Amino acid sequence: MKRQSLKLLLTKIIVVVGLLACSADAAFAQPGSIDALLNQPGIIGTIGLLLLVVVFVAFIAIIRLGRVVQQLNMPQPNSQERNLDEALINLSPAQLGKLVERHQSLVYQLVGNELAGDEEPRDERGLISHLSTDVHSPLVAEKKKTFRNGEVDPRLITLVGAFLLSATFWLVFGTVVGWYVGIKFVRPDIDHIAWLSFGRLRPVHTNVVFWGWASLAMLGLGHFVVIRTGNTRLYSYGLGWFSLGLINICVGIGSVCLMAGINNGGGEYREFIWPVMGLFVAGVGVAFINFYQTVASRKTGEMYISNWYMLAALVWTLILTVIGYIPLYQNGMGETIIQGYYMHQAVGMWFMTFTLGLVYYFLPMSLNKPIYSYSLGVLAFWTQLLFYTLIGTHHYVFSPLPWSLQTVAIVFSAGMFIPVLAGTTNFLLTIRGSYKHIADSYSLPFLLIGILFYFVGSVQGSLQAFRFTNVIWHFTDFNVAHSHITMYGIISFMLWGCIYALVPRFLGREPKQLLVGVHFWFALIGLLAYIISLMVGGTLKGIGWLEGKPFIDGVVLMMPFWLWRAIGGTMMLVSHFVFAYNLYDMLLHKSLISDSALPMPQAHAI
Amino acid sequence: MPFNLYKNHRLFVGIIVLIYLSLSVLIAVQPAWSVQENNALLPGSEPQTGEVEAGLRVFVAEGCVGCHTQQVRNIDMDETWGGRPGIPADYAWRTRLDNLRAPASVLGTERTGPDLTEIGERQPSEAWHYLHLYNPRSVVTASIMPAYPWLFAEVAIAGQYDTQVNVPDEFRTGRGGHIVPTEKARQLVAYLLSLKQVNLPDGAAPVFIQYKKPGVAVATGDPAPTAALDGASLYIQQCQACHQANGEGLRGAFPPLKGSPVVNHANAELMVRIILQGYNAREEYAVMPAFAAKLTDAEIAAIMTHERGAWGNKAAAVTPNFVKQIRETIKTELAP
Repeated sequence: MKRQSLKLLLTKIIVVVGLLACSADAAFAQPGSIDALLNQPGIIGTIGLLLLVVVFVAFIAIIRLGRVVQQLNMPQPNSQERNLDEALINLSPAQLGKLVERHQSLVYQLVGNELAGDEEPRDERGLISHLSTDVHSPLVAEKKKTFRNGEVDPRLITLVGAFLLSATFWLVFGTVVGWYVGIKFVRPDIDHIAWLSFGRLRPVHTNVVFWGWASLAMLGLGHFVVIRTGNTRLYSYGLGWFSLGLINICVGIGSVCLMAGINNGGGEYREFIWPVMGLFVAGVGVAFINFYQTVASRKTGEMYISNWYMLAALVWTLILTVIGYIPLYQNGMGETIIQGYYMHQAVGMWFMTFTLGLVYYFLPMSLNKPIYSYSLGVLAFWTQLLFYTLIGTHHYVFSPLPWSLQTVAIVFSAGMFIPVLAGTTNFLLTIRGSYKHIADSYSLPFLLIGILFYFVGSVQGSLQAFRFTNVIWHFTDFNVAHSHITMYGIISFMLWGCIYALVPRFLGREPKQLLVGVHFWFALIGLLAYIISLMVGGTLKGIGWLEGKPFIDGVVLMMPFWLWRAIGGTMMLVSHFVFAYNLYDMLLHKSLISDSALPMPQAHAI
Repeated sequence: MPFNLYKNHRLFVGIIVLIYLSLSVLIAVQPAWSVQENNALLPGSEPQTGEVEAGLRVFVAEGCVGCHTQQVRNIDMDETWGGRPGIPADYAWRTRLDNLRAPASVLGTERTGPDLTEIGERQPSEAWHYLHLYNPRSVVTASIMPAYPWLFAEVAIAGQYDTQVNVPDEFRTGRGGHIVPTEKARQLVAYLLSLKQVNLPDGAAPVFIQYKKPGVAVATGDPAPTAALDGASLYIQQCQACHQANGEGLRGAFPPLKGSPVVNHANAELMVRIILQGYNAREEYAVMPAFAAKLTDAEIAAIMTHERGAWGNKAAAVTPNFVKQIRETIKTELAP
């Protein structure tokens, strides 16, 4: 029965996807050149990747909706039932009395305290591990509560909590700004205030979510991981607080500077002037010392793989930022070479590397089993270092930069398949056989989506670097879609997965499951609306440019896609407010559930 | 400590730093250094000074580089934006803006708005730029560019030397009096007007990689016949920014073409002359730039034919030959 309905669903999905593909075809049916376009490997690959995500999300969504429909359809009166109804009406009083008596005995239930009496129940031995009083919600599956194994040092809770709360503040602030600049595409005259103009706010959005949200969230989670994986204590809490303060001040002052029109020259992600970015570098430097010394005092022989990634990310980012800001070689086109190098690796060597380190800890931890292959992790690490470092110039294909540099960048962009495949395979094989865990957990779905986007976003980025795809997509809104696939689909989803896996362990307070579900679905559907609209619109715009249409035609063409982007962006923003509430719930809220609701053995403290 | 990368953290960090540093020097620092050292401005390019230099700073502060590129790539798609692909020498002027700021990152990575490499050539009218900056929608209806009213001031009595901006009423947003550009707006417009490509000293022909017909072999010999020129599309690209989509122009800034006696005149000579040489005879309107160097005879003929038949205008078509004749007449007139 179940299998049949599943089959039915699958056929439905195939039909829906087919229809989608057809309508996409229709949308692409511009005069000429379309067949040739579809022969381009870069474009075929990207469409395939996008379909992968859509099918996957549609699959989950349809299963969920199917359950809702099933529940709604439950009472189905048939002819037999109607006959019974009629027979009941024609009963004699004696027969009726017997029926009522029988009914009462059938519905008789024990009160529940026949054996225990009226005393309050107590669990002195800690035998009960799962208590649920939630009413089952069809839209959000009931997830297992987190199991707390061991007390966490309160000082660590406060430090990590402060990192995560700061990060979440910047997430909400940064995405309110991002949402507002997205609205400005549709309503350019919404305000005429210098400090809120598009050109000044756009870098505020990118820098705040980069250095404020993602960086602080990563560092906060990293402080926990570095201690746990080394089975040791944090080298210095003071240094932890110091780096938190430095980065917070950097992002605060930096945002004000940008809004006041003080920026470093306009290079992306390098908009903070050096005295401001210096605070960030100092913060990362302090964190590096702290992490390095903690690793040095580890009780284990080998460094766990997470620590390679985190130490590497910290030290590479230090080098990267210093090289990016030293002025000695940045006149003329020198600035552009450094800009390509810097803006690409700010993403790859800092966010991607550090977050992978976190996933190497939190994925096995949530699944309660080791990572599938250490060797694949090693391979991914070294190839990431070798290939990622060399591909910055792919942001300037066809520019006046040396053609050889561009070619190197394109070749190694393709080389990025190796670390990406190694990483994705490793994660998926770790998950294999534990799919039940995903359905049971509210943090694993975030990690799974992050892993899926890690594959899709990275491969798509490599395809985008090919010369032909670059002709169509470069300079269009497609870039914006790509950066949101990566910074949002990969980094933010992975960070949320890690946060939901970790924070309930701190104080034993769970977020409301319905709200975690709302966060997940709003963020995911919002992101899909965002990227699909910009990818389709960007492609059409690029084709229009290729055909020599007037520039303003591209602007007019993008209008509906920008509207869809604004709708997707609104959903993403809503999900961030929900996430902020969930974090508040886990860290600060005096929850109704007492701490003893979560079992905690009196085991060793860290 | 053991000589094992994964057990010896000092060794591990040492090695990854070493590899990363050498790769970075190889791929970024060294190429950047070499490009910086082997670079000079093209002969004939004007160094940025005074107002233009200050205008670049306004351009950077307002974040214009977020939407406007300044690079003509060597692919045919970019032929719209400049006569030749950009070369490193075009950017040799870039040095640190001041002690706090790096060189302006003008190449850009997004083209949400048009490329500006040749904006000074393409749109030489100061009045147009002021109107456009005050509110882009006042001249380009579909534009989504931000308005910059804070670069303008409101004065009760305009001084003799003030440039007045004739903002249409619906875009004044409650501002009365005369609207005049502030110093920053003047600097910004001076900078925009200075943006032009410098010709290569040897006059080498531009080389663009052809991508327009993907999958089709390039260079089949015959250039495409010019008969297929689309006057309406050329009008959008070259004229619409001022004369508007409805041909009615903007009151106080750009004259209407709809119903214009010049446009509808049986003899199109004056109209051809205005297009080729520009026009600045009427006080109430802004200056019309000259298009002789920018458009071919066939293109001008196509645009004129479109203008003379659109918006209820009913004048005869113009042939490329006619334009050619007048172009030559002008040449002889100007010859000493």
